[in-house]
Amino acid sequence: MDEKFDAIVVGAGPSGNAAAYTMAKAGLKVLQIERGEYPGSKNVQGAILYSKALEEIIPDFREDAPLERHIIEQQMWVLDDESYVGSTYRSAEFNKQPYNRYTIIRAQFDKWFSRRVQDAGALLVCETTVTNLIMDRNRVIGVQTDREGGSIYADVVILADGVNSLLAKKAGFHPELEPKDVALAVKEIHFLPEETIQSRFNTGEGEGVVIEMAGKITQGMMGTGFLYTNKDSLTIGVGCMLSDFKSQKTTPYLLLEQMKAHPAIRPLIEGGEMKEYTAHLIPEGGYKAMPKLVGEGWMIVGDSGMFVNAVHREGSNLAMTTGRLAAETVIDLKQKDLPMTAANLAYYQGRLEDSFVMKDLKKYKNMPEIFHKNNQFFTEYPELLNRAAHTMLTVDGVDKKTKEREIRKSFKTRRSLFGLMGDAFKMWRAFE
Amino acid sequence: MIPVKVEEKLFQNRYRVDAGRPHINIKNPTTCQVECKTQECTVCCPAGCYTAEGNGQVVLITDGCLECGTCRIICTTYRNVDWEYPRGGYGILFKFG
Repeated sequence: MDEKFDAIVVGAGPSGNAAAYTMAKAGLKVLQIERGEYPGSKNVQGAILYSKALEEIIPDFREDAPLERHIIEQQMWVLDDESYVGSTYRSAEFNKQPYNRYTIIRAQFDKWFSRRVQDAGALLVCETTVTNLIMDRNRVIGVQTDREGGSIYADVVILADGVNSLLAKKAGFHPELEPKDVALAVKEIHFLPEETIQSRFNTGEGEGVVIEMAGKITQGMMGTGFLYTNKDSLTIGVGCMLSDFKSQKTTPYLLLEQMKAHPAIRPLIEGGEMKEYTAHLIPEGGYKAMPKLVGEGWMIVGDSGMFVNAVHREGSNLAMTTGRLAAETVIDLKQKDLPMTAANLAYYQGRLEDSFVMKDLKKYKNMPEIFHKNNQFFTEYPELLNRAAHTMLTVDGVDKKTKEREIRKSFKTRRSLFGLMGDAFKMWRAFE
Repeated sequence: MIPVKVEEKLFQNRYRVDAGRPHINIKNPTTCQVECKTQECTVCCPAGCYTAEGNGQVVLITDGCLECGTCRIICTTYRNVDWEYPRGGYGILFKFG
């Protein structure tokens, strides 16, 4: 293939598909390269699709996208070994179209998205791994693949190659990721009859529930668990910072197994047939860990650029938005007949700053550090909270004032008064 | 602790193994055996690809690899893991993802 393209997109996940679609639709000559057998075959996500980011790219996506259930209820659980304290938000508003978010199965969703990309005119090559970037001095001019004669050239290369982002590292654009900047998540998909899911989660047909969990299930590590309802399956998983896995020497699948055995979780997944076990890294380093996003002839989008809002469990929407904004930058430069230099591509950075992407990442820039240094939020507080609920809700002849005193005392003994004040301040700093 | 075999989980997955061409290699096996005291790869790999042998050796079999990148990033002290993506079309093929 000795052709030259306007743009090469490496990867066919949400960010790569968003970028390739946007550029192809504007009439650019786009090549997209995917290492999997089909788009989605290498991709892993929980997975929740936030409609807004996709609507901006494909407004009519609901017509034929493979969507599992729209979410009508969100639960937050704080777990102790035997119990949990939870909050639930369910609203009939979430049952009005257009729905705000859906559960999806990524292998199916990515295939669909990719079909749309190809319909828009982009050329997709699967089963091809990009092995290197081709450089002319400090400028990226194309990519090398593991196919025979696999050098291909383009004005700009968009790296949508996911969290490990080997290409940017090999080219020296990025330093290696550190264990504190990524979470390792493992999950399973369990199949159950549609009606069973609806009765267990108290939903109607097509309606779904999201449960996010924190507390003792992560065994002292910074992380969360989740349970999502698909049409006829449940996704259950847990993710914690890799630095914590490393220092505690925890085995991820044992952690997941322990979580599945929790007395509040086990009955929800009971009887399901497990059909796939997956693992994935999530770039959760936040704003302070973000790499360089543009250079001479290259840009980075999605997970490879650390575009994940760990606090709100958002990633694919940031991926799609960054892919779209990168593409719009390229389209703009093309129209003005300007070269794909670092200075010109930096307009992408400007677009990011103006969008929710950078605003949200900046808002939570202190969060990773604060939680890393304060694991009481994942250990002592869940326990204290659950004990407090237990004390108040057990009717045993002890008067309520005495119970309140006991609870206050338990908090002060475990964390001290200054500790409690400090923790409140840290929480405020993390979320301010 | 709940006993569980990772092989039983991996058995549900679909792979196309690139026989004889592992995409991950240990650069210097002696470093793992002699110098590395912690060997986190043998505990934290979600697919259990790394096994600690009695003599301190670390044995790597990549057939069940989920291509997450954990071993690549976790080996901070010795950077002893040579990690590439499998050839196009090979490796894990997620049915659901």
